[in-house]
Amino acid sequence: MILTVENVKKSFDGFVAVNRVSFSVEKGELCSIIGPNGAGKTTLFNLITGHLPVDEGKVIFNGIETTHMHAYEICRLGMGRSFQRINIFPRLTVFENIQAALLAHRGKSFDFFTTVEPLFNEETEAILERVGLQDHRDVMSGSLAYGFQKQLELGIVLAGEPAMLLLDEPTSGMSARETNSTIELIGRIAREKGFTLLFTEHDMAVVFSISERILVLHQGQLIAEGSPEEVRANPDVKKVYLGEAR
Amino acid sequence: MILILVLIALIPLSGSRYYVFLGTDILIFGLFAVSLNLLLGYTGLVSFGQAAYFGIGAYSCALLMKRVSLVFPLAFVTAGAFGAIAALIIGFFCVRLTKIYFAMLTLAFSQIVWALAFKWNSLTGGDTGFIGIPFPQYLDSRTRYYYFTFAVVAFSLFIILKIINSPFGRILTTIRENPERTEFIGINVKLFQLVAFMISGFFSAIAGALFGVFNHSVFPDTLFWPASAEVLIMAILGGMYSFFGPVVGAAVLLYLRMQVATYTQYWPLILGTILAVLLFFFPGGIVGFVQTRFAVLRGSR
Repeated sequence: MILTVENVKKSFDGFVAVNRVSFSVEKGELCSIIGPNGAGKTTLFNLITGHLPVDEGKVIFNGIETTHMHAYEICRLGMGRSFQRINIFPRLTVFENIQAALLAHRGKSFDFFTTVEPLFNEETEAILERVGLQDHRDVMSGSLAYGFQKQLELGIVLAGEPAMLLLDEPTSGMSARETNSTIELIGRIAREKGFTLLFTEHDMAVVFSISERILVLHQGQLIAEGSPEEVRANPDVKKVYLGEAR
Repeated sequence: MILILVLIALIPLSGSRYYVFLGTDILIFGLFAVSLNLLLGYTGLVSFGQAAYFGIGAYSCALLMKRVSLVFPLAFVTAGAFGAIAALIIGFFCVRLTKIYFAMLTLAFSQIVWALAFKWNSLTGGDTGFIGIPFPQYLDSRTRYYYFTFAVVAFSLFIILKIINSPFGRILTTIRENPERTEFIGINVKLFQLVAFMISGFFSAIAGALFGVFNHSVFPDTLFWPASAEVLIMAILGGMYSFFGPVVGAAVLLYLRMQVATYTQYWPLILGTILAVLLFFFPGGIVGFVQTRFAVLRGSR
């Protein structure tokens, strides 16, 4: 098990956003979390990555209890994450965005006197190529098109060579074509590098096409988990989603 | 660049005491503004209490020379260290807060330091100030002191520039751009902010030490909050997204103030107007404006 979440709970001013959720993810698995808006998916991600303090319960990542660790410490243990809303360094170039992540990951960040410019040039180029941004190297990242910014964020995450990737709505706001190419890219990279992947996604076609296992969250609780077929056939899940549609 | 350096070096040869005085002042405040801008423009932290470190530098250098009879070079460097230590203690609390709360806490601490300087008569001379700080023997003329200031400021700016162009400096800019994302590439953001705060405190204190000896005296006003506001204005006026912007800001502000003061007592009114115009029409400051103009000129050719 690369990630184990045990009875994790989080409330905001009495509103229980995540209610005693337990699940685990195996190394190399492609896992998704689905659920209607407000089901607690993003909060759950924030708890796992140390972005929010956990009220109750335990999170164990790679055999280490990370429940009360800071986000940067969990990141250093090999957890990479992308955000639902784009989260890059807008007034740095595309190259500098990726390079900064490499500096942090390779422990170069406390170097005060080396000139930064030529550092990790090849590695940065390689990642840019991976995520299809090699032609936008010197563009201010904030002025990139939306889809490219999402790809850049993926590049920043990849630069950290994570053991596990948490992607929060990696295709939100994308056109159907962008969605397909992004998902293909993520799936390909995950398989090549043997990443464990945990992601949330609103596009059910995407979810059912690449997930090996699906977790269903509803009102902060885990109501079902299993293979795509099992989840599709689950009566509780049907009720939640049909109830939404009505 | 070299031309400017030569010009600066030649100022004393003009024989004008006025320009030597103004030049020294500009160099000192240029360094002060750049040290502030390491926080403001590069780390994205608005320090509203930077005068505290400037003042601590000025007082410690003066006190160490007069009360402990420490030789000038030693007192000078120790003053910088005191600035860094004060920044470590104060910064430890400040980096726990963000945005406006951070700014307010830096202001609060600087007022505490000011109150200490103001009320601790036996040590600082209180309201009457600490006076009679001599030039060291080997720097006993305005011109010599000018060259000394020039050398110290140039060397300090070189170090700060080196830091800005280092991996550490790059991480500071990612913190400015997006602290949350920086945390998620595995950076202890608060620690980096604290170290930046200390570096800034060190160089602010060095500038302060230069200033105290230059004026042969230190007054509590040096660390009162308007002094913190003034150096912020210098950085914004000159351009906080360019390295030398704050130096230009310091030069323009100090020169204008000297000129205007001979005609009218309404300097704050004029300063306020300049600032308002600047914020609306030239958000990149003077240097930012010139740079975009140059870019346009080059583009049209």
